Amino acid sequence: MDASVQHEQATIPDGDKLSSVMQTIAEHKGCGTSGGSGKASCGSGAGENDLPPEIWEKVKNHPCYSEEAHHHYARMHVAVAPACNIQCNYCNRKYDCANESRPGVVSEKLSPEQAAKKVLAVASTIPQMTVLGIAGPGDPLANPEKTFKTFELIARTAPDIKLCLSTNGLALPDHVDTIAGFNVDHVTITINMVDPEIGAKIYPWVFWKHKRYTGVEAAKLLTDRQLQGLEMLTERGILCKVNSVMIPGVNDKHLVEVNKAVKSRGAFLHNIMPLISSPEHGTVFGLTGQRGPTAQELKALQDECEGEMNMMRHCRQCRADAVGLLGEDRSAEFTTDKIMAMEVNYDIDSRKAYQEAVESERVAKVVARQEELASLAGQSSDIKLLVAVATKGSGLINEHFGHAKEFQVYELSTAGAKFVGHRRVDLYCQGGYGDEDSLETVIRAINDCHAVFVAKIGGCPKSDLQAAGIEPVDQFAHEFIEKSAIAWFKSYLDKVNSGEIQHVARGDAEIRQGALTSAA
Amino acid sequence: MTLKIIASQCTSCSACEPECPNVAISEKNGTFVIDPKKCTECLGHFDEPQCAAVCPVDNTCVIDNSYPRYQPPA
Repeated sequence: MDASVQHEQATIPDGDKLSSVMQTIAEHKGCGTSGGSGKASCGSGAGENDLPPEIWEKVKNHPCYSEEAHHHYARMHVAVAPACNIQCNYCNRKYDCANESRPGVVSEKLSPEQAAKKVLAVASTIPQMTVLGIAGPGDPLANPEKTFKTFELIARTAPDIKLCLSTNGLALPDHVDTIAGFNVDHVTITINMVDPEIGAKIYPWVFWKHKRYTGVEAAKLLTDRQLQGLEMLTERGILCKVNSVMIPGVNDKHLVEVNKAVKSRGAFLHNIMPLISSPEHGTVFGLTGQRGPTAQELKALQDECEGEMNMMRHCRQCRADAVGLLGEDRSAEFTTDKIMAMEVNYDIDSRKAYQEAVESERVAKVVARQEELASLAGQSSDIKLLVAVATKGSGLINEHFGHAKEFQVYELSTAGAKFVGHRRVDLYCQGGYGDEDSLETVIRAINDCHAVFVAKIGGCPKSDLQAAGIEPVDQFAHEFIEKSAIAWFKSYLDKVNSGEIQHVARGDAEIRQGALTSAA
Repeated sequence: MTLKIIASQCTSCSACEPECPNVAISEKNGTFVIDPKKCTECLGHFDEPQCAAVCPVDNTCVIDNSYPRYQPPA
């Protein structure tokens, strides 16, 4: 790679300091809420203790880069980048349904000026919105003028908002200096392969330097540019997340190689996402019947790669115009018509005050978890199990079972409670199941869990869940998730030890292919 | 001859607009159109018509047979 000759002009820390930071990033592991390890990480605990302060500053309120932050902070995407320079077999740009939730789908395009207005409107309404990302619906770097104009306008009017972008990487090496110049300190690259033979099964073509390339040649070009771009970014100290779409039978096993390749080039976080594939999406994979992974397959791959580096497990694969906490979408409140009519008073001080309150809530949550964890000390058991949690955010069990659009999944062991994923259960645009009972959908989605924690639950679903072998738990309503989960796990172990119950392993669960939007 | 964009298939992604060496493409009523007076099928500029090469929907930027073949200046 010739990247080294280019990086001297950028504003980077001096060599020694930078390499020590990169080394720390590379050695740092476990971005999830690794409750019991005693080792705080970017995703758990206070975090300051084991990340270099400059890295912690970058991730602590970025919901996509920190699992722990995603319970508290919101993000928004502005759809200023409609054009794309590659074709992926899991993407169909023709499809646009308001109830649809996939990358590549938006309800309306925005000009940079409209986007800047929207950001101010959202930031004033949702003070915990800390991150503005450009993720399409095409590729931000295939629309460089619109993307960078948007960054310029937002940096001027809302300087406290973090800027980030998500790209396929083809044009990335050409724009790294501009990205660094706008102080964009988070960049996501979607890397599905490092082997062009596999790439040819995922990408029918790429458009580069006025020519359409196809097959292995196209994939070779793409992978070279992606890895070059990744190296150039990490050399400049920009945090990089790598997204990979897990496509069973195509790149599932290969993603372990991808994980090694991106780790060795300094990527901070790896996000392996399940393929979203359904015939009605009209994608190549949807039409050929290519399936997505099951929950167990996805988790097994994420677990395998976690030994190597930080894994992101809280990605909701959101739309290119999503607004709100991950897992919620408030974009319908901020359509162009509505934001143009809004009177916006951007008050940095009140945003700051709100975020300080959020920080004290986070500290309280960590203290509660640590206290509960101490009571598990001395227990030894090989039992590991999953539980589902209904939450609206803030790290609390604060959602009614019947209102939950998704459940967060935690793995419990004597090491503590670890966030390992989430399951969507909303009923909109649910291809294939029609009018089937919603409760059955929920049970299929959390079938691998031993219990489900809720703020409240009705009598009927309660008995149905029990019949399915999932214990409904409502005794911890409005309490902290991890603290409650650990307390429940302790009493579960006690019951197993006393012979009152027998521990039985659960089956697999299904990953939903439908939408997660505000349409409900 | 010139190229045309099949409006019912156009996603309005705008990818074609900046690629056109003749500035023949513009947005009209939500989709993009090619000005047949300006289109040269990219002859003399590139090996293939750029709008068709970058378009994400197959068979959307196509040859418009209702116009005579473009003749590059001698």
